[in-house]
Amino acid sequence: MSMVQPLQTQALPRRAARLRGRILPYLLSLPALLVCIAILVPFVTAAIYSLQRYRLNLPYLRGFIGVDNYIDFLSDPAFWNTLRISLVYTALTVVLELLLGLGIAMLLRRPTRFHNAVSIVLLLPLMTAPAIAALMWKLMTNPSFGILSYLVSLFGAHDFKWASDPSTALFTVVLVDVWVYTPFIMILLLAGLRSLPRQPFEAAALDGVPASFVFFRITLPMLAPYIVTASLFRLLDSIQQFDIVYAMTQGGPGDRLMVFQVQAYLEFFQYTNVGRSAALLMILWLITNILSNIFIKNWLRLRARAHGHA
Amino acid sequence: MDHSSLASRVFRRIALALVLVFFMFPIVWIFLMSFQTNEQILRIPPRILFEPTLANYEALISGHLRTTAGNLEISFMRNLMNSFVLSSAAVLLALLLGVPAAYAFARFKFRLGETIAFTLLSFRFAPPLLVLLPLSLYYQQLGLNDTYFGIVWVYQLIALPLILWIVRGYFEDISPDIEHAYRLAGHSWREAFTRIAVPLAGPGIAAAGLLSFIFCWNNFVFALILASADKQPVTVGALAFVTASGIQYGQIAAAIVLSVTPTLLLALYAQRYLVEGLSLGAVKG
Repeated sequence: MSMVQPLQTQALPRRAARLRGRILPYLLSLPALLVCIAILVPFVTAAIYSLQRYRLNLPYLRGFIGVDNYIDFLSDPAFWNTLRISLVYTALTVVLELLLGLGIAMLLRRPTRFHNAVSIVLLLPLMTAPAIAALMWKLMTNPSFGILSYLVSLFGAHDFKWASDPSTALFTVVLVDVWVYTPFIMILLLAGLRSLPRQPFEAAALDGVPASFVFFRITLPMLAPYIVTASLFRLLDSIQQFDIVYAMTQGGPGDRLMVFQVQAYLEFFQYTNVGRSAALLMILWLITNILSNIFIKNWLRLRARAHGHA
Repeated sequence: MDHSSLASRVFRRIALALVLVFFMFPIVWIFLMSFQTNEQILRIPPRILFEPTLANYEALISGHLRTTAGNLEISFMRNLMNSFVLSSAAVLLALLLGVPAAYAFARFKFRLGETIAFTLLSFRFAPPLLVLLPLSLYYQQLGLNDTYFGIVWVYQLIALPLILWIVRGYFEDISPDIEHAYRLAGHSWREAFTRIAVPLAGPGIAAAGLLSFIFCWNNFVFALILASADKQPVTVGALAFVTASGIQYGQIAAAIVLSVTPTLLLALYAQRYLVEGLSLGAVKG
């Protein structure tokens, strides 16, 4: 885009107008800058806390301890549990949502009225607050009257305890995540599918190329940038999942669902260990920061293409 | 794909039906549940047909809940009100701050602008607790803890990046020549902004505003940490409500329905902007 040259207005002498034109962008972005600072100050604070022994209940012990909080994690099974659960949770949700979302997008690909109506209706789970969605599923999986508990009991599973049983808790929470977020991947991929050029598909149809070949050799490669963007988007949100896990099980049963942010929350409010909580969040930030750098590059390319100046 | 065989057409129909059932059933079921008495809910096997009652909603609106342990006063309506106040105020503020900034980022290429835009974007993907936990300690010192202003301010972390990036895309799509011409005719910068640029970017601004409203409304963790009971929005309020009301399942269902209805209606109304908004403009809707 070209830069708007400050134009002379009748009321102002040329120099004043030019000066105003030069500071104008800074003036306009001042509030956004303030918000940036409001984010960066707590962020730097958290980084400093992570290097301190800092417990809210023992303020007199507070002091700089270097990277001890981080080193402590190495020998702490709770930390490795958190890392493992977060990664498993993320892998499961992203893979399931990607496969399901891609499948649904393929089903709805032709822009008929019915397909469009379905794709709009499928947005509703995504627009439900995740914490509330967790409550909905909690009601449906209640052991005494939940409709899902009743349905699985028809298949002989009379004692299926969903989120309160350590062996099925992860499955249940992943199920809620899939319910809420699959539509996100679906609508991004659907928009991508519908924006693909028609010629390769028409040529393939004329030549009688089998559908599976078209899907794997034409559709998937052309859709790849959309798939990567949608997956990274979800990956970044999923590894930080808090709302669904907290509302559903608060990290339990036991430590079965102690994902990063839930663990950090409890570390802060339950054990009042600010230093440890901050260190845990810094590690999570490091992971997301690497991922988000990859993501932003990808996303910018897609964005430039969507806005027609690639 | 128009020449698909009968078998594949049948398969598609069935698959689509299953998809619809999976994604719609929870919403429909909770909706039905909100019109049932506790006795009806606890019946096994569950029935689809039942005599609907408005008692759950009456109890929520009046704030007097009858539980097995006696009467309970819960002002869930206040949570609903809080959600409206907090989300609307946050979006208005974000539009006021964000639209001019988005214009500046789109029209003037300057280093600081790019830095701000990318800082906000990269923190969109940072763990919210990383900012929230230290902020809650600052808030306690500043006296902002548990104030509407304090919560509206942190909601800017949700609303502002969204508005900046979506609206910026719309401004970039408007040719600057129109504004040039308008300004050559002797109009000031401000007139070009308010009479030309903002109306042309109108749909984008509306979309960004609606989406920010939905995301502020749906947010849970910010208010969980920064607000006490009388300032809490519905997301946090509903969780507390579940704990307090115990086994009054019909009332819980009604509370859920009241909490999600505003955003679901807005989403249906704004659906054609959602694709672009959700992808921050990476995919045109």
